[in-house]
Amino acid sequence: MQKTTLIGMAASGSDSLYTLRHRPASEKLLDTSFRNLVGFLALMVAIILIGIFIVVGSKASEAIGAFGLNFIVSPVWDPVRDTYGAFTAIYGTLLTSVLALVLAVPLGVGTAIFLTEDFISPRIRLVISNMVELLAAIPSVVLGLWAIFVLEPFARPILQLIHQLFGWIPFFSTNPSGPGVMYAVLILTIMLLPIITAISRDSLNQVPQDLRQAAYGVGATRWTAIFMVMIPAAISGIVGGIMLALGRAMGETMAVTLIIGNQTSFNISWFAPGNTIASLIANQFGEAGELQMSALMYAALVLMIITFLVNVLAQWIVRRLALKYE
Amino acid sequence: MTHASFTAKGDLLYKPQLLRNRGNRLLTGIAGAFALIAVIPLIAVILFVLVKGFSFLRPAMFFELPPVPGQDMGGGIGNAFVGTLIVTGLSCLFAIPVGVGGGIYLSEYGSGNPFSEFIRFGTNVLAGVPSIIAGVFIYGLIVSSRILFGSTFSAVAGGLALAVLMLPTIIKTTDEGLKLVPQELRWGALGVGASKFVTTIRVVVPSAIAPIATGVVLGIARSAGETAPLIFTAFFSPYWPEGLLEPMATMSVMIFNYAQMPYEAQVQLAWAASFVLVVMILAMNLLARWISSFAQR
Repeated sequence: MQKTTLIGMAASGSDSLYTLRHRPASEKLLDTSFRNLVGFLALMVAIILIGIFIVVGSKASEAIGAFGLNFIVSPVWDPVRDTYGAFTAIYGTLLTSVLALVLAVPLGVGTAIFLTEDFISPRIRLVISNMVELLAAIPSVVLGLWAIFVLEPFARPILQLIHQLFGWIPFFSTNPSGPGVMYAVLILTIMLLPIITAISRDSLNQVPQDLRQAAYGVGATRWTAIFMVMIPAAISGIVGGIMLALGRAMGETMAVTLIIGNQTSFNISWFAPGNTIASLIANQFGEAGELQMSALMYAALVLMIITFLVNVLAQWIVRRLALKYE
Repeated sequence: MTHASFTAKGDLLYKPQLLRNRGNRLLTGIAGAFALIAVIPLIAVILFVLVKGFSFLRPAMFFELPPVPGQDMGGGIGNAFVGTLIVTGLSCLFAIPVGVGGGIYLSEYGSGNPFSEFIRFGTNVLAGVPSIIAGVFIYGLIVSSRILFGSTFSAVAGGLALAVLMLPTIIKTTDEGLKLVPQELRWGALGVGASKFVTTIRVVVPSAIAPIATGVVLGIARSAGETAPLIFTAFFSPYWPEGLLEPMATMSVMIFNYAQMPYEAQVQLAWAASFVLVVMILAMNLLARWISSFAQR
């Protein structure tokens, strides 16, 4: 900077002081190399993402060649005869996450409404909000431990009662005696609650107060205002949060692996043991033979594609439904 | 029916017996019940982990190795505790430079060009990648190929798998934190003759250090509790850490392994390790909040 030369000074007066500063080569070099460095670091994201698809895809290629698309619809997972189909795991993944959402969405959105209206004092609201966020921070493996030793003994009599009353419905046809799909649904519900509650609460809080007051002003009751004004205005955030939770539920591994029973054969009953793609991988990866490893990689690829689609859909929905209030 | 009485009397008093008011109270009750049902498991989880975990915890556990399964009681979680610190530390080493650098690029150089839009999209996609996929990816890339000096399961592989999960959090918070820095600060620095590099490093990044640090701490808190990426990368070991290229025990994998064992000693260690892990993660979340309170001033 000391080397700055002021050539045009005499020619055109003091203006040139601002235009004719020559930057030394070292400064330019530093600038461009810094720009290239951070650009490369940003590129790492793309490299990792493409790398995941390439590595998982290449490891899966043997199973893709052996089973093709039949892998997705075949329920036979037999390491003895080296035949693999992931239908049970894919069905389990979709079933557990959808059932968990069915339970968690009303609870989570209801809690979010409860936290954004003035039903209770702000201090209690703050306590509940903080506790919800605390739960989101608890590792899933700890929730799995809790599910084995606390949730299962607690929920089993309830599930047995449901089995006795509604056992004629195929979904409840097994007497719950050990780990099972329904416990995985319950622990997933507990994991999804904080996500849905926190995101719904934030999007409800962002709706301008004028909208609510206008609704009250034309004679709406509190719940008319909530259903007709507040929720429609916050719907993009709420749906985005639900889709995020769906993606999280489908990829969730540890808590589900510990409680779902890891049964590879297909069973229609929700009270019987089952598995999901993630729990199948976590459970069998350690001792898998060559083709079995490839089949697990194929399953991982399927999981990756499903969660990718859900996440892209979530981003699209948020953008599509977003209402702008300025 | 209500309309007639309203116009006849013309009063504006609250009438609790009206259908709409009854419906209102019903829905309020339902929302309250939902909030109650949602809070009960929250309290149950936190209470059980803290109370039950603490009851099995002894200070000596931090200096002892786990016992042989099925043989003796006692023992500790010393190796897993040290292992969690090492693996999480390694993941910070990989993820923080890449994440902060990528965030700087997106915020300072990437306004409006298609490449940075693609990277932002990729960051969102990476944030949604299930944690077990990160483990499978690093297994395929590093563990099974023995690319790191012939080692298979290793602490470095575990750190890399966690770094894949931390990266999106750090990039996003850095990007958003830097965008909050007023444009006038950049113009001011450039105006007195600073280069773009000096402006970014000496002016823009320091004034956004609180949100960046918040993101980093939250990223660490998330990765410290992750198990799925570690079970086929860092794996597990019942011994003290022997080196960065050797398998290494972590608390999360210890909980996973011991929760499935039929022995009381191992189950107690799993609860104790859960307590330590949860307290560590909660402390980091509080730290993140404390840091971000500086940013809001």
